[in-house]
Amino acid sequence: MLRFTEDHEWLRLEDGIATVGITAHAAEQLGDLVFVELPKVGARLTKGEPAAVVESVKAASDVYAPLDGEVTEVNGAAVDDPAGVGADPQGAGWLYRMRLSDPGAMDALMDAAAYDALDK
Amino acid sequence: MSAPVAETAPLEHTPLHDLHLRLGATMVPFAGYAMPVQYPGGVLKEHLHTRAAAGLFDVSHMGQIALRADDPAEAARALEALVPADVIGLAPGRQRYGLLTDEAGGIRDDLMIAHLGDRLVLVVNAANKRADAAHLRAHLPAAITVDELDRGLLALQGPAAGAALAALAPATAEMRFMDVRRVEIAGAPCFVTRSGYTGEDGFEISTPRAATAAVAEALLAEPAVLPIGLGARDSLRLEAGLCLHGADIDATTSPVEAGLTFAVSSARRSGGARPGGFPGAARILTEIADGPARRRVGLLPEGRAPVRAGAPLFAGADDSAPAGRVTSGGFGPSRGAPVAMGYLPAALGEPGTRVFAELRGRRLPVMVAPLPFVPAGFKRG
Repeated sequence: MLRFTEDHEWLRLEDGIATVGITAHAAEQLGDLVFVELPKVGARLTKGEPAAVVESVKAASDVYAPLDGEVTEVNGAAVDDPAGVGADPQGAGWLYRMRLSDPGAMDALMDAAAYDALDK
Repeated sequence: MSAPVAETAPLEHTPLHDLHLRLGATMVPFAGYAMPVQYPGGVLKEHLHTRAAAGLFDVSHMGQIALRADDPAEAARALEALVPADVIGLAPGRQRYGLLTDEAGGIRDDLMIAHLGDRLVLVVNAANKRADAAHLRAHLPAAITVDELDRGLLALQGPAAGAALAALAPATAEMRFMDVRRVEIAGAPCFVTRSGYTGEDGFEISTPRAATAAVAEALLAEPAVLPIGLGARDSLRLEAGLCLHGADIDATTSPVEAGLTFAVSSARRSGGARPGGFPGAARILTEIADGPARRRVGLLPEGRAPVRAGAPLFAGADDSAPAGRVTSGGFGPSRGAPVAMGYLPAALGEPGTRVFAELRGRRLPVMVAPLPFVPAGFKRG
């Protein structure tokens, strides 16, 4: 199940674990990324609170937690090669994985068609 | 992701507005103008291209102010009452960096002063241009005409800038750093200075407003030249250790604190031919003699996280009171690492001193470093 937020994050849910990243639209808006900071494994995230930071030459942007949950894994490759996040933001450039407190909350987020239709 | 802020106020357009849109620029509000922050290549590539070849910047939003008098020497003499530069000693065909100081010794604005023979032309920051013109009118004698010029301004910067401009205006090949010449480019009468704000060799080209697009397109037709936005302009000037007024310098910073003592000409210092006589002279000359309490310094964060403007600086990792703060910071593409500038007490200002910047609630080690972060490429010879 793939869902999107109005803050331009995506989540893919598999077995109660959501993989989270920034959307292709967000990556294009940010431009070349030069720094990525990810949450620690075990961190408890609250929906809408800053969970990660992505930085371009000109600005730092918070990446908000899309839902409540606990971080189970982070993508070290994204930290080592921030440019790789921009190159494949919805694939190899994923940021972290989290165990959702309430997987059912995914249903309230947008599907791809709704996100594409969003006035960005 | 943080949402972009919607812009509602009407923005002014530079003479290159249509060209920016045609080139696919991302336009942002800046100092009341719609300005290109980047083109499709992006800030990183634009920055590196400027250091490797040549970049063309639209800086038409900046203020161009002509000072005229029956005798141009009269305008130079009068301007000395407002800036600590040696303006009287500025030869026709030369340009000098200057500061408009205030009575408290702060910096109202920084500017370029060019001597065109029959007049002085000042280039001032976009955000300050109305206030600067009003300040000049209020304080210069009535015999000096203060004329806000409605002209375009282009900056052509980078090691290939000289060859690119010489292809269109061969006379510019002989210009040295800070020379000023009147030349015709693409059929338009322009005045050109060999200067800029990237740390590279290059030119600023003042164009008749209606000819600005034609001059820009002629320069962009040179293979080495790409259009560069404000994003890279900012990272280039930061790496070059150059101050942005409103960030690194303002009314709360003195020229000596800011490391701009060179803009206080020797003729205007104690023991010089015309000591003092500019706003804030008492404080500024005292600070030159005794040293300032704090200094603008270069800062190299030890990790990979950019430390940006506003971050507080601490002498110790556990200190509760900040010792200073970052005034400009980001990622330096040519350094391949984060770079920043900020103010620290003089005792902490020596290169090699380790201090701490607070970033997202953590203290990160930052090394005081010499400026600039990249060697300057000016054509001084």
